[in-house]
Amino acid sequence: MESYAPLALFAVLLIVMPTSMIVLSRLLGPRRETEVKGDPYECGVPTWMGARNRFSVHFYLVAILFILFDLETVFLIPWAIVYKSIGAVALVEMGFFLAVLGLALVYVWRRRGLEWE
Amino acid sequence: MLTGLLLAAGSAGRGLIDLDLTSLPLVGEMLAEHPTIAWPLLMLAIGCGVVIGYITVFSLLAVYAERKISAFMQSRLGPMEVGPYGLLQTAADGLKLLAKEDIIPRDADKLLYIIGPIFVFTGVWLSFVVLPYGPDLIVADLNVGLLFLAAVASIEVVGVLMAGWASNNKWALFGTMRMITQLVSYEIPIGLSFVAVVAISGSLSMQEITLDQQGWFWNWYLFRNPFLFVGFFLYFIASLAETKRAPFDLPEAESELVAGFHTEYTGMRFSLFFLAEYAAMYVVSATAAVLFLGGWCTGFAFIDSWMMESAGFQRVLANVVGLTSITIKAWFLVAVMMWLRWTLPRIRLDQVMYVCLKVLLPFSFGVLVFSTLWELVTDGTLFGDWWPLFQFLISIGGFGLLMMNFMAKERPYDIEADFRPLRHSEVHAAPDAGARG
Repeated sequence: MESYAPLALFAVLLIVMPTSMIVLSRLLGPRRETEVKGDPYECGVPTWMGARNRFSVHFYLVAILFILFDLETVFLIPWAIVYKSIGAVALVEMGFFLAVLGLALVYVWRRRGLEWE
Repeated sequence: MLTGLLLAAGSAGRGLIDLDLTSLPLVGEMLAEHPTIAWPLLMLAIGCGVVIGYITVFSLLAVYAERKISAFMQSRLGPMEVGPYGLLQTAADGLKLLAKEDIIPRDADKLLYIIGPIFVFTGVWLSFVVLPYGPDLIVADLNVGLLFLAAVASIEVVGVLMAGWASNNKWALFGTMRMITQLVSYEIPIGLSFVAVVAISGSLSMQEITLDQQGWFWNWYLFRNPFLFVGFFLYFIASLAETKRAPFDLPEAESELVAGFHTEYTGMRFSLFFLAEYAAMYVVSATAAVLFLGGWCTGFAFIDSWMMESAGFQRVLANVVGLTSITIKAWFLVAVMMWLRWTLPRIRLDQVMYVCLKVLLPFSFGVLVFSTLWELVTDGTLFGDWWPLFQFLISIGGFGLLMMNFMAKERPYDIEADFRPLRHSEVHAAPDAGARG
């Protein structure tokens, strides 16, 4: 627990630092607000349609795959730490886990879930 | 209890400085009156200050180096006006950005727009807490160091999403969607490379991983077995995408998306993203150095053993040697990143996803399984004490054979196949053409 104290201090410093940089720039920089300046940037042409559009469902698929595989990585970490002390048994047991995940990957691959079309 | 906590905190800063501070006027008195609180606090403050200064100097130098390297690769001079050889150009740019107007778009989501850059900045810079620079030079040697690195890396994703969505700009939204897709996908191969290393080190603490690689350079995890050798390259490629460096710089492809998720940001808020990007380059390079290249170990057994045994002034010297060692390794990898950026063309989004899900992911699975299997079979000492050297030779030899085989093949290069534009029918086959991102 003790080693988290410097981390806390560092985190506070890292929040204070960018905030003070922005405050400083607001104090130093000019403030001339105009109608056009507040418009969204669109390469110089008048704004056309809103920005909050719908986007492809594919992004959600990527997110779901990410959660699956990332959780699996998190599961693997405790195993990896004790792997050296347990040895062959750990490898076999994790082999089953990885095999199931590998099958899942093959399934998604075959169902063309990994294609970006 | 508070005193104990502070004492322990101060021990992190111990060894950073070996000066007689008690002789200073104001600080000396405070130290004499409240030694149990003032000393650790002072050491901690100095430690944090040194680390933040180190990152700032790194970022300034890296921006300068990037400009110079790109200029030389394109037969230009690069910055030459401000200071000798344009050395002060980055500082001048920083001052300029500080004096720029801070614009918040009218329709932007104010709260998210304001805290987005701070999230990105803090998320990236927090990683420096667990990076070791020498035997005593580490802000906090967490026992979950590597997990902490992976965790704070995802704060950046949240910050980017906030900034891009709040901007209320089409370019920002496209850039954000690309960026999030890329960042979350490439976190998987990176995580699996971490696991492969942890299975060998048996610890998540960055300092313990480093200490496990002491001695000659063939003790480095890079040469630990042929599979981890491949794992290093997998990690490096994935970390290029994680830091959105070319050829994976789609999120800020300036020729298509203006500037990606930070299109609407000006002045200091923009420079926060900029600083975070360069700091992230250092973070991934230093992480690669710690995990695969021995961290602050020098690669020479006699120097490493001296570093661990030294005391007093020699200990300070040892820390300086360690700092130099890891800085050289990290800078080498950063230089490779810059070299790649100005050599390779940008790839398409579907190619980015292909590289991640169909190449890096199966390969990192393979690295994890076969590297742990190799460790089990060889038991780390198959032929006695010289086994690490054998493993080093096996890794290098295997890689050499692979390369020779690769280069011997006559492969006609079809640039049309690799970099052809999408056909009209393919564009319309997409579910929502506006959201190709």
